Amino acid sequence: MQDIAMYIIEILMNSIYANSNNIICHIEIKTSINQLLIIIEDDGKGMNDELLANVTNPFTTTRKTRKIGLGVAFLQHLCDQCNGDLTIKSKENIGTITVVKLPYDHWDIPPLGNIGQMMMFCIQANADIDFILQYIKDEHTFFFDTKLIKQELGEVNIDEPDILLWIKEYINQGIKGENL
Amino acid sequence: MKSLEDLKKMREKALKKVEMRDVNKKYRVVVGMATCGIAAGARPVLNKLIEELGNNDYPCIVTQTGCIGLCAYEPIVEVFNQEDQTKTTYVHVTPEKAVSILQNHILKDRILTEFTIDSYQK
Repeated sequence: MQDIAMYIIEILMNSIYANSNNIICHIEIKTSINQLLIIIEDDGKGMNDELLANVTNPFTTTRKTRKIGLGVAFLQHLCDQCNGDLTIKSKENIGTITVVKLPYDHWDIPPLGNIGQMMMFCIQANADIDFILQYIKDEHTFFFDTKLIKQELGEVNIDEPDILLWIKEYINQGIKGENL
Repeated sequence: MKSLEDLKKMREKALKKVEMRDVNKKYRVVVGMATCGIAAGARPVLNKLIEELGNNDYPCIVTQTGCIGLCAYEPIVEVFNQEDQTKTTYVHVTPEKAVSILQNHILKDRILTEFTIDSYQK
């Protein structure tokens, strides 16, 4: 896969399909300790121990349309090829937390990609879920919460096309540090 | 620059729009956004569809789905006609084809048979 956003969207989609109400995506780059940390936390239906033990196996999936599930398998592969670390903790009916630690300057780490677009797709996939995005790069912090946007919008749906496009741009600006 | 002020303006605009348009849209456009779809290039397709819908008024809504089971044909865009309950499956969709689908199928009810799965399987 071409960028980190693509890997994260796979995990976020898993969270969306797990009937979550709240999903937190935390991306933190610390150049001082050369670390890229990604945490995705949801309050969905979680996994039992058996499923959790096999979750990185590409032949593990709960879907019915095909027998292959590649999202977590790809992420595990990324961690393997970049000398990183993937930890998934899950409790049934409580939620799942996925933690990825990667050495930030590794040759084989793809670029971060379009995080705004990634969040836009997730909100579009299920507008009822509340998403939080936290992006930290050394001193710079950007925080985005769909709850605050929904408050601002009132009765207008968050998945209106022009609002989704605004969210995409707003997040990408915030990540670059251009928001006032 | 996008600011929170824009959001207020867009809210007012959206409220006016809600009053004008009919609640039930004729078409539902569904993009396959599983691993296979995303790997094959569904992201720019969905992005283009949302952009087009933001700029113009089409009688359709855009939603996502998981794996349709036809991974080799991704990116797939399915168009559901909510009035006569029919489905058209477009395969190997690109952003350009997606715009063409909106302009012909959605606006003019003209199905682009050359892009559908039936013409690929023959």
